[in-house]
Amino acid sequence: MRPRYVVGKIAGAIGTLAFVLVFNFFLFRIVNDDPTASMFRGRNLSPSQIQSLREKFNLDGSKLEQFGAYLRETAQGNLGVSLLSRRPVSTEIREAIWPTVLLVGTATAAAMVIGVLLGIHAGWRRRSAFDVGSTTSSMLTYSVPDFWLGMLLLGFLAVRFDVFPTGGLEDPGTTATGLSLLIDQAHHMALPMITLALGYVGEYAIVMRSSMLDTLREDYLQLARAKGLRDANVRRHHAVPNALLPVVSLSALNFGFVLSGAIAVESIFSWPGLGQATFEAIRGPDFPVLQGLFLLFSAALIVANLAVDLLYGYLDPRVAGR
Amino acid sequence: MNDVPDDLKDVVEDFVKDDAPIEIKDQVADISPGSIVWARRRRALADLAHRFSRDRLAVAGLIVLVVFVAMALLAPLLSDRSGLSAVASVDNPTWAHPSGDFPLGTDNLGRSVAAQFVWGSRISLFVGLMATLLTIAIGSVVGIVSGFFGRWTDAVLMRITDWFLVIPFLPLAIVLAAVLGRSVWNIIFVIGITSWPSTARLVRAQVLTIKERLYVDRARALGAGRTHVISKHVLPNVAPLILANTTLAVPISILTETTLSFLGLGDPSQASWGKTLEEAFHAGAINREAWWYYLPAGLGIVAVVLAFTMFGRALEEILDPRLRER
Repeated sequence: MRPRYVVGKIAGAIGTLAFVLVFNFFLFRIVNDDPTASMFRGRNLSPSQIQSLREKFNLDGSKLEQFGAYLRETAQGNLGVSLLSRRPVSTEIREAIWPTVLLVGTATAAAMVIGVLLGIHAGWRRRSAFDVGSTTSSMLTYSVPDFWLGMLLLGFLAVRFDVFPTGGLEDPGTTATGLSLLIDQAHHMALPMITLALGYVGEYAIVMRSSMLDTLREDYLQLARAKGLRDANVRRHHAVPNALLPVVSLSALNFGFVLSGAIAVESIFSWPGLGQATFEAIRGPDFPVLQGLFLLFSAALIVANLAVDLLYGYLDPRVAGR
Repeated sequence: MNDVPDDLKDVVEDFVKDDAPIEIKDQVADISPGSIVWARRRRALADLAHRFSRDRLAVAGLIVLVVFVAMALLAPLLSDRSGLSAVASVDNPTWAHPSGDFPLGTDNLGRSVAAQFVWGSRISLFVGLMATLLTIAIGSVVGIVSGFFGRWTDAVLMRITDWFLVIPFLPLAIVLAAVLGRSVWNIIFVIGITSWPSTARLVRAQVLTIKERLYVDRARALGAGRTHVISKHVLPNVAPLILANTTLAVPISILTETTLSFLGLGDPSQASWGKTLEEAFHAGAINREAWWYYLPAGLGIVAVVLAFTMFGRALEEILDPRLRER
């Protein structure tokens, strides 16, 4: 990779992050010009108390000075205080981040493996019964709102047949430790994970299939066949590795959505992650929490995008120049 | 004349009759550039309809769409609007199973679920279509301006497009909707303003290839101005792409509206399928196993989204010959 390519991509990512910071600050100031007013609504505060609060939250001075203060605080990891719980936003986010990474991470990984396998076989035998079945069901799952699928699974498998728990991270008041706690948590995670994986799998299957179809038209595949290689050999060593390239970028991008990918589904299953935190912040509305979450979601996607660009430059040297 | 076969003699005689050439001359005089263009368009449309009718899934999608649009338009005839009001439904049984009186049962306030389904289709379709129009309008203008004018215009617009592309779509929509407040027009605005970048990129790429075509050079050499080149050469050539993109953007708009409504960002005064699902969830329909409350709205969304996708894919395949091999 040319150093220029790498530096350009990194500079682009930093520029985007700067844009997000500016946007994030001014958007929330439009709606909520004086956060102290909404924080202490209904309480009788003396003018001097209000003044000290305004100083505490950096509300004096011009918008530019306020923005400078916002940048300083954000750089130090201080994202403000939640209007609902009165706790620091950064603490709320830190507590919610791991359940989400665990849930959406496993769901994305599972969907990727299954979707790629479906796509390979559908593309290899185009218009076969398998292809038609797989493509149709991919389109179907793509059309279903993920949270509604969650409601169906919850109503059917958890309420009607009681195969899975109805929600939460673990049984309430559980005293289990070690392996049994882990099993309990996996049991709770199963339904939301299946819901999310079903929602993602179609996209991978469709992308992989169409990439396979593109690859099948290449001359080197004809050559591999002409050499007399076995069908399975041609597929495994010549078609699949080349067709995987678009999936690499799709999956890296989707990992950028790991944090923000399950907003509605988490709230269906009361999974205590970032999605449920978003859901509750909307209900409030709890603007400091929303602001912090938006910054985090954007940063995750920007980093994932940068990773895709660099990975692509490495895997396909034509992109980045030698 | 003697070496002409017997059965063709009449035809040949007709042709050499004195008045025949005049008729032919008249026919030739009728042919103008305009009539050629219209004949070509008629042929293209007939060809499109023919190809489309061979795609069974696309036809099924079209039929489903017609049914739902008819239901949305005829909502006042199909169902009394008072069925949506909790005050007017106070005497109705709550959580009633589907029956003759209430074909889809009632909810926790005794409101008819069927009425919510019929009236909800209006908002879901309206928001889906309007948001898509806004998306496509912004995306097309940015794409055409960026691709056609190039240089710094292109650089600035594409930088902005890139920014929007790497900001997560749903969180951005949520934040905007939360800040702007809950109304139908805000939802339309939010979806439009967050989902135009992919259209802009697609249109720009197409404009870039059209700009280099010989007929554009020819038009320029003959003295055509920018307005002429854009309206007579660029627009007609990107129109099919924009059209296919529109039908494929509607499902995304509808799904986004549903999700935003479910998260509590929809218009509180209007019934929509997403809002029905939100209310069903918060009323505890799942634990009560009141499947009639949350099943129809979801099925409606799936049917409409799937129908638009089938329709859009077929259209895209017909309009973009490169995809026909798939």
